[in-house]
Amino acid sequence: MTEEKKDFFVSDISLSYQYTAGNATTRFLNKVAEGKLVAQKCPKCKAVYVPPRGSCPGCGVATEEELELPDTGAVESFTIVHIPIPGNPIVPPYVCAMIRLDGADISFLHLIQEINLADIRIGMRVQAVWKDKSEWDTTLENIKWFKPTGEDDVDPSAFEFKE
Amino acid sequence: MKDLYILAYAQNPIVADAKAANEVELIMPVVHEVFKQTGFTQNDIGFTCSGSCDYLQGAAFAFVEGLSAIQTNPPIKESHVEMDAAWALYESILKIQMGDAETALVYGFGKSSPGDLSFVTTLQTDPYYLSPLWPDKTSLAALQAQLLINQKVTSKQDMYIALLECITNAKNNPNALVTNAPNEDEYLAAKNLSSPLSTFDCAPISDGASAMIIGTEEVVKKLGVPKIKISSIHHQIESSNLGARDLSTSESLLGLSEKMNLGNVSFDFAELHTQFTYELPFIKKILNLGDIKINLSGGPLAGNVMMAAGLDSIGKSFELLKNHDFRNGLAHASSGPCLQQNMLVHLEKIDD
Repeated sequence: MTEEKKDFFVSDISLSYQYTAGNATTRFLNKVAEGKLVAQKCPKCKAVYVPPRGSCPGCGVATEEELELPDTGAVESFTIVHIPIPGNPIVPPYVCAMIRLDGADISFLHLIQEINLADIRIGMRVQAVWKDKSEWDTTLENIKWFKPTGEDDVDPSAFEFKE
Repeated sequence: MKDLYILAYAQNPIVADAKAANEVELIMPVVHEVFKQTGFTQNDIGFTCSGSCDYLQGAAFAFVEGLSAIQTNPPIKESHVEMDAAWALYESILKIQMGDAETALVYGFGKSSPGDLSFVTTLQTDPYYLSPLWPDKTSLAALQAQLLINQKVTSKQDMYIALLECITNAKNNPNALVTNAPNEDEYLAAKNLSSPLSTFDCAPISDGASAMIIGTEEVVKKLGVPKIKISSIHHQIESSNLGARDLSTSESLLGLSEKMNLGNVSFDFAELHTQFTYELPFIKKILNLGDIKINLSGGPLAGNVMMAAGLDSIGKSFELLKNHDFRNGLAHASSGPCLQQNMLVHLEKIDD
């Protein structure tokens, strides 16, 4: 039998990187490891960022001032995921939501559980459900998910970004 | 064509590893510095353009994040080149010449320490025939270096002299990363990374950022700063197919030299974007630079922030003209393997 002649070869593309979060986000993550959500404030427009990335993208200045925020907030936006994503351990249907913490001017993506899917709505008040302290690390996954508090909804107009 | 001037330039101290600092945190200080130098705010800038490489960060559209260092509210006119920021300067000049702006902010940034730079740059080569073979940056340069040594265009001695000159000059540059040169014996005895190039022949892995502001005649007059004019700026590129190029010469540099009539200008100095020692004697010969001072800043061999080092050649030339009794400066930027693409900039100090 003659050997099959190949006129191609496979060349994998793979590079590894040592990702760095940035000085500002590193400070934030170190506080998250202590169970604290420490936002950063723009010295010019006073917008409060959590998670902070070290700069105010509106003003282009560093956000040096830090302030601790509560682990409560409201649903700014959400989607109900029905399609399983390979490698994702969460079983659909589940809720992904943009959570606006009380006192923050931006939201971040997290899960909402302990909820009847039909009840989820914009403006709904939620609170973080933390993992056991022994499992805390430098990640927002220290928060397992957010759950409804049962308080009155927030008026969605409060979510408008202030100039 | 409008006469254009460099108004301000800033560079971060070049470091081998910026550690936790991310790109935004590297960009902000230099942008704030050029604003301080001019008294401008982002509102005075007609066009903003950056140069960077997403492969350095290892994330698609990573350059967008860089914009967080810039005031973008109210919205700005902005663009980006996946190239050295010298080409962001070029795009800014086109934008101003087209009448869309009177001023431009240009910045370039590169944090090379998180990845393996030698292979990161491979992904910028031709994706069909070259990058699948994974030629690393140093080996591609070594191809050309060996050829030039064989043809007696340069030699290891020439390369050592070039290195020594650059590193000695770098002692005057507070932002330089490397200020200690090996002695000749150490240099010649160094183990090759890729023959004939040793670590000493290669620019150091560097992290940093640089920024520049340019403007029209009207703007420079209003500011009352020294008039450092961009008298001429051109770039040319050769084939991405290395086999189709004659690596013993540089068609693009020769073409630029002719186009810009370089023979007619008496340059006081040249800042060359040379990432390998062999490139210095090579470019000097190609451009017929004779005995003029080369890389007074130390150049990339003393600190080589990817995607900013070309802009740095231009920025350092601007500083030399501004601070010394020089009249004409030549700045060079390059991109791609074996000096595939080259840009030359003639900067001139104009009397009031």
